[in-house]
Amino acid sequence: MVKFFEAKNVVKRFGGLTAVNNLSFTVSQGEIFGIIGPNGSGKTTLFNLISRFFPVTSGEIHFNGQQLENLPAHKICNQGIGRTFQVVKPLRRMTVLGNVMAGAFLHTSSMGKARTKAEEIIDFCGLTQFKDSEAKSLPIAVRKRLEIARALATEPKLLLLDETCAGLNPRESEQAIGLIKRIRDAGVTIIIIEHVMKVMMGISDRILAINFGSQIALGSPQEVARHPEVIKAYLGEDHA
Amino acid sequence: MNKIKKLNWLFALLVLLAAIAVPWVIKAPYHLHILILVMVWATIGTAWNLLGGYTGQVSFGHAAFFGVGAYAAGLLNLHYGLSPWWGMALGPVVAALAALPIGLICFRLRGPYFALAMLALGEIFRLMFTNLTEFTNGAKGVLIMPEITSKMFFYYVGLTVLVVTLLVTYLIVHSKIGYYLVSIREDQDAATSLGIPTTFYKNVALLPSAFFTGLAGAFYMNYVAFIDPNIVFNLSNVSVMVILVVMMGGVATTWGPTIGAGIYIALGEYFRATLGSANVLVFGILVCLIIMFMPNGIIGGLETLKQKFFRSGTGLPGGGNGEVLRS
Repeated sequence: MVKFFEAKNVVKRFGGLTAVNNLSFTVSQGEIFGIIGPNGSGKTTLFNLISRFFPVTSGEIHFNGQQLENLPAHKICNQGIGRTFQVVKPLRRMTVLGNVMAGAFLHTSSMGKARTKAEEIIDFCGLTQFKDSEAKSLPIAVRKRLEIARALATEPKLLLLDETCAGLNPRESEQAIGLIKRIRDAGVTIIIIEHVMKVMMGISDRILAINFGSQIALGSPQEVARHPEVIKAYLGEDHA
Repeated sequence: MNKIKKLNWLFALLVLLAAIAVPWVIKAPYHLHILILVMVWATIGTAWNLLGGYTGQVSFGHAAFFGVGAYAAGLLNLHYGLSPWWGMALGPVVAALAALPIGLICFRLRGPYFALAMLALGEIFRLMFTNLTEFTNGAKGVLIMPEITSKMFFYYVGLTVLVVTLLVTYLIVHSKIGYYLVSIREDQDAATSLGIPTTFYKNVALLPSAFFTGLAGAFYMNYVAFIDPNIVFNLSNVSVMVILVVMMGGVATTWGPTIGAGIYIALGEYFRATLGSANVLVFGILVCLIIMFMPNGIIGGLETLKQKFFRSGTGLPGGGNGEVLRS
């Protein structure tokens, strides 16, 4: 059977620095797969490798029977992988509707169809009241949501979420978690990077913990949270 | 939304009808001459705007396309004895062909490379056309003997050129391509993540931009009947001026370049009598003021006013109703 998503011995070096060191993992369809790790451990680099913003140094990435690591970055989206950015990148001088339509145009050239699709997704993400606002005028919580909406408009099978809850207050985080669960229930597989442990423990089916680019633990949230290496990486030697 | 769209088209139609009626009201050749120049500049501005305004790829060398278009018409006549009107077909194509290699090379990179390459291209063409004297007549320029001298005729040809340019640009901008171009301008990474092949779409904007600038050049040759490299390949009077014209009118707006061109030509003509060659100074100062007080140009400023008025009237988004998020 073809695995839904598989990373095999993925390595990324920036000169002498190994940012991602021999990572291998698989994600099955319908799963929420969490990636945790201290600052600078290589989480976002891993996303950039999957979405082909960076070329891999060595290793293979497979998705839905397709090998990804030699495709140009814009083709990744065609394969069914959507992503958001940790530092949000809204199309600032476009409206929320325009932002989401820009994503929806991947599968249609018709203005009408793109607009209908975008309106559906805006509604799904709870952004209806901001539909006609310019993206640059939005508060951070709404921008984060817009990132997700825009990626959803490309109809991804796999969604890469990079710190969707960072910078949100607890109430906004709750809403973001609700949205992520709704996306999963709609049949989209999710790989999520998050610092807020409460969020990760609550929604992930499995978690991969990395530090200095290498895997330190992989398993259910409880297993990972109890893993001595993870505790060491987060709290220091004494607590392990 | 649809109602606003219909009103916009109605407005455009009224402007067009008015423009068609003008030569029957204003008969003085001098006034028609000014209007023809406005249309040439509005065409260059609209073409530049597609690339620089909507796509965010600023070109400092549109004179290259303008000059190539003009020379295509002039040299056809000089060397092959063909009517310079054939230049209206050849000029735009040659301009687009000149643009293609620059786009293919520079659009793979980010940053100022395209702007710099265009700056160089304009200057290279100016020097080439000055020094390849056997082919281009060099600094002596190219003179043609126009068969038609009726200002009214040129007015209508110029109007057609401008209307076609405006229409094609409008249709490009208000389609999937337009959304992709603006996405690239706003954030290239985000655009890539949405599956937009950014290099390809930058070229999609460049080619029509060069094409219509070349068309304006060919028309200019037919109209003024004399060009030399320092006129049509001029860095400050063409390449940089078109940027100022668009900035004044409103970057990334349908009517901005046309408005900007109108003001530029009108001011130039008005102050030429009193200030001589310092007349551009007035335009320069005005551009500075516009940028300071209306950073989105005249059209952008009007738009802001309209929105303020509209919003205060109906209490649409932006009105602080406390509740930021509701899910």
